[in-house]
Amino acid sequence: MIIECGHFLLILALAVSLYQAVVPLIGWFCGDIIAMRSARFTAIMVFALVALSYAALTYAYVISDFSVMNVAQNSHSEKPLFFKITGVWGNHEGSMLLWVLILTFFSALVAVFGKNLPLNLAALVLVCQSFIAGAFLAFILFTSNPFARLLPPALQGRDLNPVLQDVGLALHPPMLYLGYVGFSVCFSFAIAALLCGRVDAAFGRWVRPWALLSWFCLTWGITAGSYWAYYELGWGGYWFWDPVENASLMPWLSGTALLHSALVLEKRSALKIWTVLLAIITFSFSLLGTFLVRSGILTSVHSFATDPARGLAILAILGFFIGCALLLFAFRAPAIKNSGLFRPVSRESALILNNLFLMAAAATVLAGTLYPLLVESLTGEKISVGAPFFNLTIGALFLPLLLIVPFGPLLGWKRGDIAAAAERLWLAFAAAIAAFALTLYLDHGKAVLAAAGIGLAFWAIFGALTDLISKSGGWKTPLSARARRLKNLPAAFWGTAFAHMGLGVSLFGIIAVAGFEQEYIGNLAPGQAVDLAGNKVVFDGYKSENRDNFQENRLYFTIKHQGKILGQVTASRRFFPSQNAQTTETGLFNRGFSQYYIAPGDYNKDGSAVLHIWWKPNVLCIWLGGLLMMTGAVLSLADRRRQRGAPAGKKVKPAAGANLPERVAREA
Amino acid sequence: MQAPQTSLNLYLKRRRRRRIIIIISGLCFMVVIVALIFYALQDKAGFFRIPSDITAADKISHRLLRLGGYVENGSVKRETGANIRFYVTDFHHKQEVRFNGILPDLFREGQGVIAEGRFADNGVFIADRVLAKHDEKYVPKDVADRIKAAEGRETKNSLPGRAVLPDK
Repeated sequence: MIIECGHFLLILALAVSLYQAVVPLIGWFCGDIIAMRSARFTAIMVFALVALSYAALTYAYVISDFSVMNVAQNSHSEKPLFFKITGVWGNHEGSMLLWVLILTFFSALVAVFGKNLPLNLAALVLVCQSFIAGAFLAFILFTSNPFARLLPPALQGRDLNPVLQDVGLALHPPMLYLGYVGFSVCFSFAIAALLCGRVDAAFGRWVRPWALLSWFCLTWGITAGSYWAYYELGWGGYWFWDPVENASLMPWLSGTALLHSALVLEKRSALKIWTVLLAIITFSFSLLGTFLVRSGILTSVHSFATDPARGLAILAILGFFIGCALLLFAFRAPAIKNSGLFRPVSRESALILNNLFLMAAAATVLAGTLYPLLVESLTGEKISVGAPFFNLTIGALFLPLLLIVPFGPLLGWKRGDIAAAAERLWLAFAAAIAAFALTLYLDHGKAVLAAAGIGLAFWAIFGALTDLISKSGGWKTPLSARARRLKNLPAAFWGTAFAHMGLGVSLFGIIAVAGFEQEYIGNLAPGQAVDLAGNKVVFDGYKSENRDNFQENRLYFTIKHQGKILGQVTASRRFFPSQNAQTTETGLFNRGFSQYYIAPGDYNKDGSAVLHIWWKPNVLCIWLGGLLMMTGAVLSLADRRRQRGAPAGKKVKPAAGANLPERVAREA
Repeated sequence: MQAPQTSLNLYLKRRRRRRIIIIISGLCFMVVIVALIFYALQDKAGFFRIPSDITAADKISHRLLRLGGYVENGSVKRETGANIRFYVTDFHHKQEVRFNGILPDLFREGQGVIAEGRFADNGVFIADRVLAKHDEKYVPKDVADRIKAAEGRETKNSLPGRAVLPDK
């Protein structure tokens, strides 16, 4: 009964979101305020309906109702409760429902927090959101209904893919979806602004918090997913340039560009057309990501199941929204007048450069991801584009980007002084050179490229610090005054510094692992040891155990330094009888930010085990950088200046005033 | 009136010149990016092969390849250390593969596999990475497509362990 209720609520949600798509739109045409106002209430209602429906599906998973097809195919009665709940989104149908749940959640957020938006704009944003929600609700109901019954009911479920039975599944997909779908709000704002024909500084002010929030979630999702892949898959890598990873990287890159260009729009009311386009492109990348993952068109570790009908349906939705948005953009964009003037050397220009490089990076990722599809459909030749391509192109694009990052915040708006900025960056430059020289010295001059990369990382880290230091005062400022000024600095400055520092820290981890990791592959019998990175890894032996829904073979290791025990670590292999499948749990031993990474393999007849052991220097910095970036986003969001006052009225007037001289110039 | 008119003209002229510079530098940037992408795609893309498709040129070129097929039954041999040797077959031809490392959890004899690596001078395929993603019913999509295509070409119809994509 509850299952049927869930299904019914979902149909009701579709009906209400269709109302929300049509009625306020007509209200906007006819100037009917009541019709426009109704969008707010219905947005909250659709969210409540989808949430209840989602709860119904979760209930089916929790009580292991195997008369529901989706539960029977993806759950198991002996699975721990936690994985029963996270398993709801560990399959196609459930994850699409989560997608829509998050979409309607964001619509409801707009409805609740967007009270100071102009009524017609708010109504149009919610109309656009409900068009998207309606399309995906229809997609779920018609092609992938999670509430379909199974007759006769199964006695036992087929269980969740063992690789997915991990905390990672609880953290990674929901945050990734929050990020993907959050950009839909920016998209809807762009559409609404184009329809209203008004794009000004206020637009940047409205879009930026949503972009920041989505970017925060997306960064979290990508960081968590990367760490999950690192410890779960046992390949020793953290990023595989898998098509689906690329699908999450593209919106991240263009979302980062959007954050920066919205800043220019908000502060200087320049880059209007570009910001609107970025908002459209970013959500298009999110939709493309959904299409790539859900259609199974690309071979990937992430695709759950392949069904051509679903792929076509998502492609149709994708084509409809991107096509309509770009068409509207093409008609309305020429009417938008840019007003903020700036010199070639200024913070605006630095941000434009940032946008250029980020979008070029997104374009190369897109090209590398879709090129195999293109070649296959044209020539029938199957090719794969992997790490060598992406490392080369992304490396080539991020090198200049990282070089200019520290300059950006030091340049003034409108006109900047590059020489003064360079002068203030002496500390960063010195740190970079020192890091380069020290790395070369420690490595006996072998890894020049890696040393240069580490120098670049320190340049970015200390560049971000320089920004803070220079904002706290000049040469002669006493320390107490500096501390006070730093404390009073708006949170957004700290946000910038943290995010840019995170970039450097991540790069440091990436380069350290790429340049200086050590590995051992071979057989070890119990009691044997191997020397790696100055310490001894001793294989103590193994033990078999029966657990909830799997059997586990645990391998015990001790890490020793000159006879002294530093610590112990366990790696294991798990066998899941319900799926006849096996997973590897890697053993991780932390030394500061570095790790020993132990991947167990098969056993030989003589009792020894095949082992792959890595020493990963400073590997944790990769994800620490992600954390720093997320902290930066939170600080920017929490900025007091954003919370105070109504955005609409105040901001528009100076923008209109700034317009004036230019308009005079044009008319003259 | 004369003076502001000329200064305005000058201003407009400078603006136009700056706009041209911006457009040209933007175009240059795009050309560089496109060239970079094309160069990298030419040089770094790996081809997908099943054993029947391997050409003599593949063996000489040392290019990055993805070799797909089934792990031949009874062919997996462990050597010293973590060295593993097995044959990848598409039921018409087979190719010897060597791999040093931990095989993925889903690697099994008789199952679909993709080995990523290069040919060594002696004609053995040295894999850097072995991918296996499937349960009993799943074969990597690339492998299934390719073997189906090869079947069509050679009009033989003996394909044991049929490639079946997972049910919905």
